[in-house]
Amino acid sequence: MNDVRTDGGLSRAPVESPEGRVGERTPLIDGVEKVTGRARYTADLPFGQTLVGRILRSPVAHGVIRGIDTAAARAMPGVRAVVTGVDFVAPYGVIPIAQNEWPLARNKVRYRGEPVAAVAAIDEATAEAALAAIALDIEPLPAYFHAAEARPADAVLLHEKKAGNIEREVDQAFGDVESGFAAAALVREQTFHYAEVAHGQIELNATVAAYEPEHDRLTVHSVTQVPYYLHLTVAQCLGMDPSRVRVVKPFVGGGFGHRVEPLNFEMVTALLARAAGGTVKMELSREECFLTHRGRPETDVRLKIGLKRTGEITAVDGEIVQRGGAYGGYGLVTILYAGALLHALYLVPAVRYRGYRVYTNTPPCGAMRGHGAVDARHAFESLLDSMAGELGLDPFAVRRANLIAPPYRTINDLQVNSYGIPACLDWVEEASGWKARHGKLPRGRGLGVACSHYVSGSAKPVHWSGEPHAVVNLKLDFDGSITILTGAADIGQGSSTLLTQIVAEVLALPLARIRVIAADSALTPKDNGSYSSRVSFMVGNAALCAAQELKRVLIAAAARRLEVAAEDVEWEGERARVAGTDREVDFAGAVEAALKDTGTLTVKGTWSAPPETQGGKFRGAAVGSTAGFSYSAQVVEVSVDEDTGVVSVERVWVAHDCGFAINPLAVEGQVQGAVWMGMGQALSEETQYHEGLHLRASMLDYRIPTIVESPPIEVKLVESRDPLGPFGAKEASEGSLHSFAPALTNAICDAIGIRLTELPASPDRVLEAIQARRRTQRLRAAGAVAQSVPAGA
Amino acid sequence: MPKRLVSLTVNGRPREDAVADHVLLVDYLRDTVGLTGTKQGCDGGECGACTVLVDDEPRLACITLAASCEGGHVETIEGLAVDGRMSRLQQAFHEKLGTQCGFCTPGMIMAAEALLRRRPNPSEAEIRAALAGNLCRCTGYVKIVESVRAAAEGSGR
Repeated sequence: MNDVRTDGGLSRAPVESPEGRVGERTPLIDGVEKVTGRARYTADLPFGQTLVGRILRSPVAHGVIRGIDTAAARAMPGVRAVVTGVDFVAPYGVIPIAQNEWPLARNKVRYRGEPVAAVAAIDEATAEAALAAIALDIEPLPAYFHAAEARPADAVLLHEKKAGNIEREVDQAFGDVESGFAAAALVREQTFHYAEVAHGQIELNATVAAYEPEHDRLTVHSVTQVPYYLHLTVAQCLGMDPSRVRVVKPFVGGGFGHRVEPLNFEMVTALLARAAGGTVKMELSREECFLTHRGRPETDVRLKIGLKRTGEITAVDGEIVQRGGAYGGYGLVTILYAGALLHALYLVPAVRYRGYRVYTNTPPCGAMRGHGAVDARHAFESLLDSMAGELGLDPFAVRRANLIAPPYRTINDLQVNSYGIPACLDWVEEASGWKARHGKLPRGRGLGVACSHYVSGSAKPVHWSGEPHAVVNLKLDFDGSITILTGAADIGQGSSTLLTQIVAEVLALPLARIRVIAADSALTPKDNGSYSSRVSFMVGNAALCAAQELKRVLIAAAARRLEVAAEDVEWEGERARVAGTDREVDFAGAVEAALKDTGTLTVKGTWSAPPETQGGKFRGAAVGSTAGFSYSAQVVEVSVDEDTGVVSVERVWVAHDCGFAINPLAVEGQVQGAVWMGMGQALSEETQYHEGLHLRASMLDYRIPTIVESPPIEVKLVESRDPLGPFGAKEASEGSLHSFAPALTNAICDAIGIRLTELPASPDRVLEAIQARRRTQRLRAAGAVAQSVPAGA
Repeated sequence: MPKRLVSLTVNGRPREDAVADHVLLVDYLRDTVGLTGTKQGCDGGECGACTVLVDDEPRLACITLAASCEGGHVETIEGLAVDGRMSRLQQAFHEKLGTQCGFCTPGMIMAAEALLRRRPNPSEAEIRAALAGNLCRCTGYVKIVESVRAAAEGSGR
């Protein structure tokens, strides 16, 4: 019985050589759809004739809603539904203990542009006319547009029981901070200010909600990064049983954190659909996308560091204030991240951190790429650099003096199992020609370095439901195809490709055998979503586990077909062989044997972050905890025009410790995109409000860098092989964002001797700092000033 | 709203449609013709995602009136692949990861297509200048430049 091959009724794919395995540069499995225009995003979905949804927004930044008269709008021909806040049954908020937002404002409005009413009509013109016919009666209250204005004891409260408009106050101390400063050779304290920034994903927000009154079922297609949270929140706000809701994520045109919480327009569209008893399509304008916001907050940092003469850190004391905007959202997580990741990159023996998340009458902030830690990182790396200069230490030397050796538990109970910073530093130092060039370039040109790190998924999920942190199902069927069923939301980062590579690797099969169905709550297992860089690590591990399980099933089946023990089967993917013989069964035969008596097979893989990686016992300890930290170092080269204040980034060298690059092509793309997004924040991006009115709610006024001012970004992937990551892989899409801004301002200091403490480094700020220095120099020359240091210098 | 009969070709196919004077080319393409590959990412002329070709020239479909294309040849991302074969630019953007989320990609590729028709072997500065009106939020543009260069080099032009 040498030949056990069978036709078996299976379609036989041509035997292909393995491709797209882990570690290979693999184009996205959905890339063809994107470059041919076939990819359908939410606004592209062919629903036929839908109703048009539109939202009415508050013209007042803070006020009591005395009345919303919708009678005229309701009476208009072609208007099918008009809803206000009272039509929802529950508020929402992504953090279960901080749900204080209604999809449409109730009782009070708290920011200019907050949704207050919505309509569904037969066309755009009718919908717009209906909005114009709604009469708002809002009694204005004092409004606060910066954190400092909202904090006095006599300030009107945005939310009840939140004295001083403080959403969350954090006060943490680890180690002996006072002794640490006492032991330092140099102690310096500095304040920093960071503008608020926005995600600026290119796809406009859109939701299509279809309600079937006959079945009381609601299907929502939306631009979300978190289909599971959206599913729960729609059910909660509408008072529906979750089993009657279905959420589907089509192609999504970028997220960057804008879409990591259910957003008001999504629940509004769902409610309109139910009220109208039909299908409603809501497309927001770019201005409305800016008002929906959830960006990185305006932040003030006061930071104090103590260093020994040799550069070792003795103590850190930081205070961070974030302007959170009008609602909770992820706010309490953001202010905790800022503290947790402020210092944990280095060996730090003592830390005090105080954080204040403040409610203000501006659009709500949220989780933006590099959640919470980006501004804190700038302050830390900037002050460290400055102090190194005072001590006569090279910027690389001061960082190398503070490295940790894994496995290591940081002073705030974060577990570090792999640590690629030393290799990252070595590479960027060499590649940038640091030793020969730093401090030696012509005036106006400079180099700066900084380091950063980030989590590979939050080790404690937002919902403590007791479920595994990630679940992947694999379906094997008669056609010899394997379908990955995952809730993970591919938003362009390439998660579906990565999961396919992992399954292909384990089963030694070509990518072509494997399909992905993702992020449809009617079909795919629940997934917490695409945030905190959790997908590669957590869902990747679940996919690895599922593939290993399927491999066991297939090997057992092949063994039955070959009439040998499973241990004697060598699995080669497209065929299985009896070890040491030429007896084999092809994949089709193995599948046929596997399905015999059972039919279609579905196996499951799960993964959870081990308890020891889930942080300490103190209040807020869960935030910042992760099963694997990524690390990054980068050198930025700038030129500064001292006449105009224009800063140009000439080149970036970045080394990112991603553990292991499952898809080096995609990892490079993620790292480049992260560095570049850090550049936007550092150079030109900022929101701006006048009395709560957004002044930069367009892509012209909100200055995202164009291709013209974007530099070459050379990437080195450092592979530290994390013991818990799938194939050793860790986070790759956020960590390198943090180190850009400090590397930039350190480079500006190398170029012109001015250390900026405010971002973005826009020409007006740079010029102001240059002029301030000139004034001081002139005064000094005139003998009028003895020893004062200009602000920002 | 008054309508007029507009004759034009879209991706080589002649069409005649009754179009209101105020209808934008992007809405005509997406809603009337059903070609949703052309994207809208802003409130008018800010982001470049809607870039199409009109008589070989890149145009922002979100600030172009459909009626102004009377007699013209309009090309969209859907028109680049021929007989199931992707164009060199499409192939390059796919293989070099010039696309991540993909939303800016149709406009980016059409702007690059206009460039390569005009300048088959563009310098890097010319590539950057030609794509200056197309925002991408994912890639940092590094792999977009690489993709366009690879397409130009592979074209033999």
